[in-house]
Amino acid sequence: MMELTLAIAIGVLAGSGVWLILRPRTYQVVIGLSLLSYAVNLFIFSMGRLRVGAPPVLGAGGAADPAGYADPVPQALVLTAIVIGFATTALFLVVLIASRGLTGSDHVDGREQR
Amino acid sequence: MEPSALVLIVALPFVAGLVTLVLRSDSRALATAIAGATTLACLVLTALLYPSVSSGGSIRRDVEWIPSLGLDFALRMDGFAWFFAFLVSGIGLLVVIYSRYYISPEDPVRRFYFLFLAFMGSMLGIVLSGNLILLVIFWELTSIFSFLLVGYWHHNPAARDGARMALTVTAAGGLALLAGVLLIGHIVGSYDLDAVLDSGNLIRDNALYVPALVLILLGAFTKSAQFPFHFWLPNAMAAPTPVSAFLHSATLVKAGVFLMARLWPVLSGTPEWFIIVGLVGMASFVLGAYLAMFQQDLKGLLAYSTISHLGLTTLLLSLGSPLGLVAAIFHMLNHATFKASLFMAAGIIDHESGTRDLRRLSGLFRYMPITGTLATVASAAMAGVPLLNGFLSKEMFFAEAVATHADSWVDVAAPYAAVLGSALAVTYSMRLIHSIFMGAPPESFPREPHEPPFWMGFPVTFLVIACLVVGIVPGLTIGPFLKVAASAALGTPAPEYSLAVWHGFTVPFAMSLVALGGGTLLYILIGNYLEKAERPPFFGRIEGNRIFEVVMMAISWRGARFVEAVFGTRRLQPQMLALVVVAILAALLPLSGGLGFGSFRGGVVDPTFVILWAVGMACAVAAAYQAKYHRLAALVLMGGTGLVTCMTFVWLSAPDLAATQLVVEIVTTVLIMLGLRWLPKRSETLVEPGGLLARLRRARDFAVAVIAGAGMAAISYAVMTRTPPDTIANFFVEKSYSEGGGLNIVNVILVDFRGFDTLGEITVLGIVALTVFALLRRFRPAPDTIERPEQQRIQYAYDEEDPDREPGATASDYLFVPSIIMQWMFAVVIVLAAYLLLRGHDAPGGGFAAGVALAAGFILQYMAAGTNWVESRLRVLPVKWIGGGLLLAAFTGAAAILFGRPFLTSYFRYADLPLIGKVPMASAALFDLGVFALVVGATVLMLIAIAHQSIRRLRSARIEEQP
Repeated sequence: MMELTLAIAIGVLAGSGVWLILRPRTYQVVIGLSLLSYAVNLFIFSMGRLRVGAPPVLGAGGAADPAGYADPVPQALVLTAIVIGFATTALFLVVLIASRGLTGSDHVDGREQR
Repeated sequence: MEPSALVLIVALPFVAGLVTLVLRSDSRALATAIAGATTLACLVLTALLYPSVSSGGSIRRDVEWIPSLGLDFALRMDGFAWFFAFLVSGIGLLVVIYSRYYISPEDPVRRFYFLFLAFMGSMLGIVLSGNLILLVIFWELTSIFSFLLVGYWHHNPAARDGARMALTVTAAGGLALLAGVLLIGHIVGSYDLDAVLDSGNLIRDNALYVPALVLILLGAFTKSAQFPFHFWLPNAMAAPTPVSAFLHSATLVKAGVFLMARLWPVLSGTPEWFIIVGLVGMASFVLGAYLAMFQQDLKGLLAYSTISHLGLTTLLLSLGSPLGLVAAIFHMLNHATFKASLFMAAGIIDHESGTRDLRRLSGLFRYMPITGTLATVASAAMAGVPLLNGFLSKEMFFAEAVATHADSWVDVAAPYAAVLGSALAVTYSMRLIHSIFMGAPPESFPREPHEPPFWMGFPVTFLVIACLVVGIVPGLTIGPFLKVAASAALGTPAPEYSLAVWHGFTVPFAMSLVALGGGTLLYILIGNYLEKAERPPFFGRIEGNRIFEVVMMAISWRGARFVEAVFGTRRLQPQMLALVVVAILAALLPLSGGLGFGSFRGGVVDPTFVILWAVGMACAVAAAYQAKYHRLAALVLMGGTGLVTCMTFVWLSAPDLAATQLVVEIVTTVLIMLGLRWLPKRSETLVEPGGLLARLRRARDFAVAVIAGAGMAAISYAVMTRTPPDTIANFFVEKSYSEGGGLNIVNVILVDFRGFDTLGEITVLGIVALTVFALLRRFRPAPDTIERPEQQRIQYAYDEEDPDREPGATASDYLFVPSIIMQWMFAVVIVLAAYLLLRGHDAPGGGFAAGVALAAGFILQYMAAGTNWVESRLRVLPVKWIGGGLLLAAFTGAAAILFGRPFLTSYFRYADLPLIGKVPMASAALFDLGVFALVVGATVLMLIAIAHQSIRRLRSARIEEQP
């Protein structure tokens, strides 16, 4: 059931994100991309399956039975994805600000439709 | 020692080229000296290697590159490669001496020598490659550098067009060659040249032989300007003359015939080879010579003559007889010597008289007798006059043309074509000499002609003497080297042949006489007509470059316009929609067989988790709903979803992710809040009129969003309910401590196992930060956001009314208590960041989380006291943090090389420090420190850049106020 909850959550986050990136205002697109990146991060993370109480941190001495730990690979991927996602958000935000300053409009095309 | 010399020969020109590039712009003499010394060094190194290859052996140097793809950086020199390497570096040296006088001080000299040296390095790379893929890489490099060299005078439109045409044709051929080489690799199972040369029968019997052959020949024909791809060469004559002398006589165009000779033992001998190569060679030989007669541009004549001589070489290679190969190699050398000297002589004539139009030049002999003599001898070699080297290889060519090789009409036609082409060669050689040097001098030249400086004429003299010496005593001079080269190219000992000037009155000699006599007669008959001909009769209308232009026009202009008209849009929304729809369809495609949910159902869910996500989803949907009119609310709601995500990471055994997500969440929120200030006001009371169309669009987008979300949910559920297969995770868990020296597996993966990826990631982060900074440097706010926000105006008005209050006091009063707390928290945040960083290798934490945490500390100070206050007290220098972090990470990785390990290998041990106790000392920790520094720098730079805009607003507001 844990899986079902998270799967629905991923779906809702992704759906909200997609809705927003299809909107005409730059701010909506920025928020949409952030929501979408939550969804994608959770999705990649869930590829390692859900484990409770098994963080991939070895005990002293480094004894290692792979079955006893959550999959570290998707976690490593998501960790960098979080940081890069932050950088992307910052970049889009600045493009948004700069475009608003240059064009006077916050429409994604730099001018109002019709 | 010897194998390293091979690497040196290829690497030296590139290194020296880069050095010339960073010289001062006025160091013309130094750049020339470097180029000369480099070519000389390559020549000497090559010469020194001769004893190792003269007995039929070869030298190899293998460096593993991507062994899993069969791609090694393998250099290999046998007799044939030696022969070519010597030719390339020898002519290279002469051309450097020549260019010293040719390239004028106004031209960018450093760029010339850089391109020249890089080209020579690539050419030597082709010649010395021991791996076919590597050969193709160098091949493409020569295309690129020749593009840049031909377009060296880029202010000249003809040079630009010629360069572009040369690149398009040869690079397209290069792609075909790559495909052909891949096929060969597929057949043989290896790209190694030795392995390929040993598999001749295997390749010829394979069903893929013909496609592979055609593709490789496309590469060779385009490069060697063979019919019907010959048209780029005359257009490339807009290049500076030293470039033409080097590229279009001795090297670049020789690459094609070199490749055919290199793969000759493997590919030749079949009917397909004979027909294709023979026909193309014959057509290029005769047609090139024919068109050369009608050229009015001196270099154009030489270009067509080059096409013709390369056609002769190709024709020799097509015959499939060992003697043909020997003759082909010999002719490659001979052509390089006389054609390079002719190109350089043409450059001298152009340089000294100001024109190279054959109709304007005449009677030059009395002004420059030495150059005239040299050019006459070189032209005679080109025409195949006895006692010159051109005669010898042409003699061998005639002998081979007469001999029967295969029963087909091509073979029957060969002797006639040979005599015809040679006769035409005599005609255009005579025309060249006669119209330039003989006759009465015209009334005026653009410049008063005179002999060039000694060293400019020296390369020409040297080459012409070489033509003579080889032509008179071939056996004593070129004989042994030719034998070594031919044996290596054949793969078997060379057949018996005689390099003598006089063989008695044989059929080939008779053919020579006919060609000489016929050519002379033809010139006497139509010489005057040739002087006036506008374009060649018969074949003049079939202009390859016209066809090329039409095709290029169709593809690059009309085609592009058509595609843009049909699919193009300048609006973002349709593009986004297309992107999402394509993504959905792409995801549906592999699922056509059903989704197949797994059987794993998991345990009973904790209700808290469900409630948590109920909140998280509500936040996400609400954020999507509010993002248009209530930006701050949407931001807060988005943060709510982020926090739920963060808690999910905690819950599901991902402490590292949780820590990073938490700090990133904080920083993102601050960042967006800083940006909100610059957006236009929008309120629900000002609803724009939305017609039916707008409602339909929204309904469509909503449907797409729902489908996308449902799809994501279904796929995630399908994956999560399957039992996981064995993954590489096991490897990481088992080796994390024993090889990475860390207990926190995620961190060990980041800084050790996949350290190279992380290095790339932080580089991207640094680039993004600099981009943000650069974008905001010239930021101009929109007019309606220049004014202070409404709340600040009210506060300032209140302050100004009261004489006891400073302006801005109200704002600082509001934040008085929080700002004290925030300032006090600075130290705490620094300690937290250090803690996260230091424990990262063994416990949740690490450079990313620590870096963002420290950045959050800085931003707290900005929020607490304002930009001015912080910037007057604290110098953060984020760009230095970025640079330092990147360098530290890269140097830590590079340090492994010093210990003979691959890049980014980590080293660790535990050190006992007094008081603190056992501390892990892994080199990976240093790497993580670099990551930390870069993340701090990048994050702070972005935040400061945005925060700084509020000061700029005041400045621009002040400018507005001034009358």
